[in-house]
Amino acid sequence: MRANPRFRWLPMPLHSLLLLTVWLLLNNTMAPGHLVLGSFLAITIPLLTSGMQNPQPSFHKPFTIIRYVFMVLGDIVVANFEVAFLILGPNKKLNPAFVAIPLEIEFELPITILASTVSLTPGTVSAEISEDKKWLYVHVLNLTDKDELIAQIKSRYERPLMEIFQC
Amino acid sequence: MEFWIELLISVLIVAGAVFVFVGSLGLVKLPDFYTRLHGPTKATTLGMGCLLVASMTLVTNQNGFLSLHELLITLFLLITAPVTAHMLAKTALHHKLDIAEKTHDKALSKQARKRLNP
Repeated sequence: MRANPRFRWLPMPLHSLLLLTVWLLLNNTMAPGHLVLGSFLAITIPLLTSGMQNPQPSFHKPFTIIRYVFMVLGDIVVANFEVAFLILGPNKKLNPAFVAIPLEIEFELPITILASTVSLTPGTVSAEISEDKKWLYVHVLNLTDKDELIAQIKSRYERPLMEIFQC
Repeated sequence: MEFWIELLISVLIVAGAVFVFVGSLGLVKLPDFYTRLHGPTKATTLGMGCLLVASMTLVTNQNGFLSLHELLITLFLLITAPVTAHMLAKTALHHKLDIAEKTHDKALSKQARKRLNP
């Protein structure tokens, strides 16, 4: 994971690919001129910025990533309906709560992705993380069973992320 | 444009508008700051998603080539919405905003503010 002192033309190949894709999407075109300009940007920007990179665990298991993304997208739709119904229902029925979730996953990037997923999906918003990065505090809009919620987040979101980052 | 495409676009726009409206309604109706956070972070993502898919179908149909602009907006929205919610929640904890009376484990918010373990 240490920064490589040897000079490389593509220090961050994934970032380069992402930059090129985003450039082409932004311009909504596949014109050769934009391909050249986009490739130029995709090569130069990582060369200039790779020195500022914080070492992060790398991605493994591309199929797990794809499955995770689609699972989260599906869960976002479900969560949207749930929250919409909760908002339209009476306030008295709501059962808000703070819950602390113990984290097994390590490193900043995986925790950030987990916290973002938790905010986007079941009726939860991640509020804070403990200093030693072992606990994630979330606010739940309608709590039914605390242990079940923790177990669900751990098995549904944390486990695949641990597989993806192998940590 | 064919009828069924127009129908699809209209349904998507109306559904999107309904979700965005419900999300905003949550801001008025829910009891405290933390519960109010849930509305805009969730109900609104699907609403915006519907509107963007509608826009994609419409533009693709009118121009005759695939328009993927909107995917970028969706991507940025999915990245920024949870980060905004997290920052707002953090700020709320820091300012010790009122928490609804019946919230379970209210004491946890104190631990969270100091970033201690529970």
